[in-house]
Amino acid sequence: MGFFIAQLLTGLANAGALFMVASGLSLIFGVTRIVNFAHGSFYMLGAYVGYSLMQVLPGAVGFWTSILLAGVIVGLIGVIVEICVLRPVYRAPELFQLVATFGVILVIQDLTLMTWGAEDVLGPRAPGLTGVVRIMGEPVPKYDLALLVITPFVALGLWYLITRTRVGVLVRAATQDREMVGALGVNQSWLFTGVFFLGCALAGLGGALQLPKGGADLLMDFNILTAVFVVVVIGGMGSLPGAYLAAVLISVLGVFGVTYMPQSTLVLMFVIMVLVLMIRPYGLFGRPEVAGEHGQVGEPERPIKPAGPRARMIVAAGLALLALMPVYGSNFTLVLATDILIFCLFAASLHFILGLGGLVSFGHAAFFGGGAYVAALLVTYADTPMELALLLAPLGAGMAAIIIGWVCLRLTGVYFAMLTLAFSQLLWSLVFQWGEVTRGDDGLVNIWPSAWASGTTVYFYLSLVICTGGILFLRHAAHAPFGYALRAARDSARQAEATGIDTKRVQWAAFALAGAMAGVAGGLFVFSKGSVFPNELEIARSFDALIVVFLGGVKTLAGGVVGGVALEGVKDILTRFEYWRLALGVLIIVVVIVAPDGLVGTARKLAERWGILRGAEDGK
Amino acid sequence: MHRKTFLKGLVGAAALAVAGLPALAQDTIKIGEINHYKRMAAFAEPYKMGIELALEEVNAAGGVLGKPLEFIFRDDQGDPGEAIKIAEELMTRDGAVMLTGTILSNVGLAISSLAAEKKYLYLASEPLADSIVWASGNDYTFRLRTSTYMQAAMLAEEAAKSDAVRYATIAPNYAYGKEAVAAFKTVLAQLKPDVEFVTEQWPALFKIDAGAEVQALERAKPDAVFNVTFGTDLAKFVREGTTRGLFDGRTVYGMLTGEPEYLDPLADEAPVGWVVTGYPWYDVTDASNKAFVDAYQSRYNDYPRIGSLVGYMTVQSIAAALEKAGSTETEALKMAFKGLELDTPVGPITYRAIDHQATMGAFVGTIAMKDGKGVMVDWTYKNGADYLPSDEEVMKLRPAN
Repeated sequence: MGFFIAQLLTGLANAGALFMVASGLSLIFGVTRIVNFAHGSFYMLGAYVGYSLMQVLPGAVGFWTSILLAGVIVGLIGVIVEICVLRPVYRAPELFQLVATFGVILVIQDLTLMTWGAEDVLGPRAPGLTGVVRIMGEPVPKYDLALLVITPFVALGLWYLITRTRVGVLVRAATQDREMVGALGVNQSWLFTGVFFLGCALAGLGGALQLPKGGADLLMDFNILTAVFVVVVIGGMGSLPGAYLAAVLISVLGVFGVTYMPQSTLVLMFVIMVLVLMIRPYGLFGRPEVAGEHGQVGEPERPIKPAGPRARMIVAAGLALLALMPVYGSNFTLVLATDILIFCLFAASLHFILGLGGLVSFGHAAFFGGGAYVAALLVTYADTPMELALLLAPLGAGMAAIIIGWVCLRLTGVYFAMLTLAFSQLLWSLVFQWGEVTRGDDGLVNIWPSAWASGTTVYFYLSLVICTGGILFLRHAAHAPFGYALRAARDSARQAEATGIDTKRVQWAAFALAGAMAGVAGGLFVFSKGSVFPNELEIARSFDALIVVFLGGVKTLAGGVVGGVALEGVKDILTRFEYWRLALGVLIIVVVIVAPDGLVGTARKLAERWGILRGAEDGK
Repeated sequence: MHRKTFLKGLVGAAALAVAGLPALAQDTIKIGEINHYKRMAAFAEPYKMGIELALEEVNAAGGVLGKPLEFIFRDDQGDPGEAIKIAEELMTRDGAVMLTGTILSNVGLAISSLAAEKKYLYLASEPLADSIVWASGNDYTFRLRTSTYMQAAMLAEEAAKSDAVRYATIAPNYAYGKEAVAAFKTVLAQLKPDVEFVTEQWPALFKIDAGAEVQALERAKPDAVFNVTFGTDLAKFVREGTTRGLFDGRTVYGMLTGEPEYLDPLADEAPVGWVVTGYPWYDVTDASNKAFVDAYQSRYNDYPRIGSLVGYMTVQSIAAALEKAGSTETEALKMAFKGLELDTPVGPITYRAIDHQATMGAFVGTIAMKDGKGVMVDWTYKNGADYLPSDEEVMKLRPAN
């Protein structure tokens, strides 16, 4: 019994920092509709700032003051980010802002490294709270008990702020209908800034509060991010009581998982998330998304049309230039071009469901990595020749997409995105854990092409043909009746249903097609690299594709491809420099602000303004 | 006719221009060094400093084969696919004669696979995974650092000397952790057949729930604990374990815990009494190691970490191999690395011909507190050659042979 209670207390104490970071994310999302990828970075900043303050301010008073000040300072940093980076892009297409927050992550990572150095920092212990209290014979650290008390107070304070004050009324109103709040004369900009301050301050507070249980290091931003997403989604986006309950649930179950299923540490949280979302699709305390709420912000989308003769000629010339690359390019140019081609197909496949289907998937890497693993496993265990493996990779990935799509498509919007994230994590942990078959993170090695394709030039041509074919096929599908049905389902599900389109089935088919195409890219990838590791299934890989699609332009057909070429090319150049993450982050933020329609969309607008292209109005 | 001559001349000029570039670049011998300089900055920075110190020394003494030695440092973001791309660029465009680097084992394995396919020589300097030289070993890959198996075997030998019978293990839930626990269990069971493993804990890497792990370990009431956690996981584990009294009356055997990279951030909370592998640079007395430590400190105004030592020895190994081969051709270098012997700060080491593993050893000692920070005391340097399986077993472990 004593052991049981001690475990419960440990779980409740762990929930503290998690709740604070998650509630901040939830608040920001609720009001501004921004999925703040950079929230983990504010948590990290809170830990570092708190640590530095504790070095200056002595004693117990200094300790607690430091924690509070860390929250305030991080909140202010959040305000700077909001004003400089996010304000200019609120009018951009839905979820475009997450690209900006991704840039913020990169910038904060390098600035933190510059300021505090590379070595991990051990957090100071809380003065007067270093020992343990024996509860039924079991030692329980005093600081755990302090956290136990503090967290509900913070939660209560937040609850009071939200339900009992004028600010809270505005925040709640904005969460429900921010346009109406604006129409009623509330200054939205400052409301958003205020909420961002509060959200970031909470993340900073969480980071500083966990110092006595650990410290500060440069990987903690990404390490907490998934857990925070899980908590927010289980609790229901925008719900504070939900976030609290979910943080407690995850932490307590995690503690018991450690004891009774020590191997479960990687998956438990995602299994819980999938289960909760299957039963309550909008989380414990979330509410269904109102139709149209996530509708397009800003100007309406233009109808897509097949490329005109001029565009076709440009593409043909580009392809010819690519095909001639072995003549004028070096061996490495071919390697780089192969990489970019494969990545472009991967990005184009995501763009297909995201741009045309309006289905934002945060877990598209599941199919890219899935395809890669199908091919690699076939080669490793069945000595399958490359040709067959390349055919089976999309089949495997497509099957996975059919299964995952069946579950995920019950949800929409951000919940759909989060469920795809959960599934890709499940797949990742399966590959990671099942060492006997997948060799875990030692990966599968020695997966090389058949003899005829093993030369760099031949493999380049193979990739060129398959990737261009795949991209053109996706483009063709967009103009086929299937593509029209898909866009109809995106823009108005009700009207589409009324005209006899089975929207769910169309979306499901699109999801499977996109998965299969990602699988093609994955298969090509594994033979070009000769090995595959679980990190091809990681969240970071999904984010890569997501960033690229938004950067290129969601509302344009070429967005995925152009974004892929641009980002991969820039990365190849920038990573040669010392502080490349800072440079890349700043570059991404600048692009986001200057070109809120994405590279392609903005280029098209400019071209129209200068009269190079005909505008939409005089289209026809 | 005229036109043809002109074209020929043009082609000739172009060919000359293309050929001329590498000719100019041949003034130095280039080595491609791929690492996660940003993602693992705390480990990669001292490593790079060790390399640069050794390079200055080698080049001050006239370089190798009459030319200066040069390292091209490239960041792979910790991504195996990215590392492959960079490796190709280093070898085919930048004119590197061989590859080295990486800390993460999966990136090392990816480069090693490329090395075998494209016949590039790769010296895996820091990655620890046993599979680099065994299960996935190949003819073009060599490894410098004391492997997981070797370090676990050294600690198992120490553990066998104690009275402890009931063991618990805690290791990060990925390949390195699993290999370390497996090796420790195997070797300890051989040395002391009556040992019993009462619990195994597998926290996710860098996401440890230390309170829960400590409770789970305490519940199993072990006599001793084998620890493989490192970095922030280690810091959290030590703090919770100390607070909750897990380490009272128990010996903990800690992989890498004594390395300055991991021990120093713990400061005055270093776990006293743990038996660990590490690098007691502050205490070394033998001339070669002392000379390295002094040179490093006077060059950087900072003390060496284990990464610094590995970086330094990487350059030494490559320089020695180049001298022995007398050329920069891959095949000659490969033959030179097989059985290569050289003197290093930790004494003479050999790159074993049988599995391409260097016999670099490790320092094993006990953690004590000195001037408010953890140090290793009563340490001995264990020669890596004594902690590898027999040749027959190695042959079985390494299908490449």
